Amino acid sequence: MKDLKTAGKGNQNGSSSRVISLSAASCGQASGALEVASAFELAIKELGLEGKVQLKLTGCHGFCQLEPDIIIFPEKYFYPQVKAEDAKRILLETGVNGRFIPELGFQDEITPNGISRLEEVPFYQDQLRWLIDQQLDLDPLSLEDYLEHGGFEALESVLSKLSPQEVIGEIMASGLRGRGGAGFSTGLKWKLAREVAAQPKYIVCNGDEGDPGAYMDRGILESNPYSVLEGMLIGGYAVGATKGFIYVRQEYPLAIERLDKAISLLYQAGLLGEKILGNDFSFELELVRGAGAFVSGEETALVASIEGRRANPRQRPPFPVVSGLWGKPTVINNVETWANIPLIIKNGAAWFSKTGTDKSKGTKIFSLVGQVKYSGLIEVPLGISLNEIINKIGGGARSGKKIKAVQIGGPSGGCLPAELFNLRVDYESLPAAGAIMGSGGLIALDEDTCLVNLALYFLKFARDESCGQCAPCRIGTQQMVTILEKITKGQGELADLDLLEKIGLTMQQASLCGLGRTAPNPVLTALRYFRHEFVEHIVEKKCEALVCPDLISYVIDEDKCSGCLLCLNSCPYGAIEVGSSGLPQINLSSCEACGLCSSICPEEFQAIKKISGKDRQQTQLIPDGMN
Amino acid sequence: MKNDTDGGRRVPEVVESLLAGLPPDRKNLIFFLHEVQRELGYFSEEVVLQAAHYFSVSPAEIFGILTFYSAFKLNQSCVHQIKVCQGTACHVRGSEAIVKEFSRLLGLKPGEFDSRIGVSLEVVNCLGCCAIGPVVVVDGKYYARVNIKEVEKIVAGLTTGENSHESAEV
Repeated sequence: MKDLKTAGKGNQNGSSSRVISLSAASCGQASGALEVASAFELAIKELGLEGKVQLKLTGCHGFCQLEPDIIIFPEKYFYPQVKAEDAKRILLETGVNGRFIPELGFQDEITPNGISRLEEVPFYQDQLRWLIDQQLDLDPLSLEDYLEHGGFEALESVLSKLSPQEVIGEIMASGLRGRGGAGFSTGLKWKLAREVAAQPKYIVCNGDEGDPGAYMDRGILESNPYSVLEGMLIGGYAVGATKGFIYVRQEYPLAIERLDKAISLLYQAGLLGEKILGNDFSFELELVRGAGAFVSGEETALVASIEGRRANPRQRPPFPVVSGLWGKPTVINNVETWANIPLIIKNGAAWFSKTGTDKSKGTKIFSLVGQVKYSGLIEVPLGISLNEIINKIGGGARSGKKIKAVQIGGPSGGCLPAELFNLRVDYESLPAAGAIMGSGGLIALDEDTCLVNLALYFLKFARDESCGQCAPCRIGTQQMVTILEKITKGQGELADLDLLEKIGLTMQQASLCGLGRTAPNPVLTALRYFRHEFVEHIVEKKCEALVCPDLISYVIDEDKCSGCLLCLNSCPYGAIEVGSSGLPQINLSSCEACGLCSSICPEEFQAIKKISGKDRQQTQLIPDGMN
Repeated sequence: MKNDTDGGRRVPEVVESLLAGLPPDRKNLIFFLHEVQRELGYFSEEVVLQAAHYFSVSPAEIFGILTFYSAFKLNQSCVHQIKVCQGTACHVRGSEAIVKEFSRLLGLKPGEFDSRIGVSLEVVNCLGCCAIGPVVVVDGKYYARVNIKEVEKIVAGLTTGENSHESAEV
């Protein structure tokens, strides 16, 4: 261990040098981080700054909307949406001279002059980032760097000072609850598994983050993979397991690549394998790549998938702590839960449990996305209000329109209206309102979102992902989709709403697994809080949010139209023709409401707008084929 | 994509080389199927039979796994793969219209492929890049904040071989 640390130090540059930390997780790379990185590397060479300024490719910095961003240490100067052509200037001005360049800094209408430091950016205020802060200047692929940041100190102290029971006691005392959504006490889960006599025992990290619109676990796995692996090692020791599996969904290729490398480096360093750190503790770890099935995230389905079978869930009990992988005791925790373990060991249960509410301790990462002004990964103390998250951290609506609801918990969760934004985000308050804490997806919805359409979206998702074993889920999701489709086409009846509720309640009670039991939640909460939108679709044949294609039409405002005819030439359906005025007109009977004309109409005219309320008798281009 | 046909190799040999050194444990089956998907791009009956024999499971069971998970394809896939993210964040920012536009331009429904032009169109579950949606992935390259206007450019890029894309302002 000591040797590893010295090796790490040797790689560092002199203390006077600045570190430029560039966010290069998946979002960063999608926004051009690698091109920016090459520009910086080239400029460092050209300017002869080797040894003076160090470029570091890190994982996620959280403010995913403004990727790629850089943070310059030690001052923590923050530059969002960095462009390759600014590399030289940033290197010379800030990297060498420590001078901040205001026009490249963060600015919005309230702070037009460019904020220099990370902590002053509104998005970063009001957060409590225990996990994400570790990622800001960490090279996710370097074991040396992780050690340099205090990595594996927790494992070392556990192995040298604590008995397995003491570790479990510490985790129980911390009050940590599963971050995957259900919120079961992590310490208690470990204790139950430890008490089962059967051998061998297994540890599993559930990285099958399937909720659409949520990516907290991807953030951690891509940015700080060692923290998760260290947590698993500590769990293995506490539970008495000798083997662990980390299951990651295949949609996250970068996370898989980084974990794969991290695991092989741990084997090389003797932190995995036989007699770890010279102790009588041996642990093997295997990376398992998911194959694309949402239900795999359900724990019994996850077990089946690791065993090489279809990810069909089974009846519980027995729970996996008693009978999991190959019928043996198996502790399954979520990525973020594992990442919290080293933190608790290092700082103590008392420190951890000081943050949060009575029953929900610590922090939680959320992916705050949708129609907020600032989106990205945020980490907040449990018990924070939705209001603080949406309006302070997220900066409110991005379009100037009103945020009318927040979708929390993905396809298993619900939509809560703005009137409930005083609700505290914890494991008790959200279920009371019909939503769930879930794994951390928070999607802000403004007036441009139709709640009927969104309910349909989630139910289609659940229908497609239902494994089909049990009738309530298999048939229930399909029936709900059929009814909701009818409503979005303006062909619904009021009695359909009661029917939706009846089907939903049956599914909640009678489905085999969590997928089916929670699948109706998006519809039931939408009916509870936004019933008027359903009624409006049914009675008035209107979609106020202007989303449902059968209930809207596009029209050209002749006062604004310049007659350039760009729209006419672009219309795929030949639905635009020149009218008697010499200006284009949309023929509503052949218009498919694709919206292409409106996006092509030059910004200075904006002559094409959507209006609500036309009873459109048309067939969709892709009937029921979106998934 | 690696599966520009089988590079002249015979399928059984490819499968043979993938199985070499892999213990025939059931738990290695899905790993093996991933390898086949990566190397060959799809599963023929021949491969299913070979795998069933090696892992001592019935071909029906392998077929059941292949059709359960979306990562595995039973049809020969294409040179170009277009994936449109259908996560919730992308959905509320208009990904449905993006899919329709791809459909229209390519003449393909989601899930279909056209061997003549060598393009497949897929709608995929959340890719986890929710802050920069709608997201489209073409042959592994991510496009952020795609709007309906840009779809045509992306499709044109497929035929000319270059995919230039200017990310829209936030």
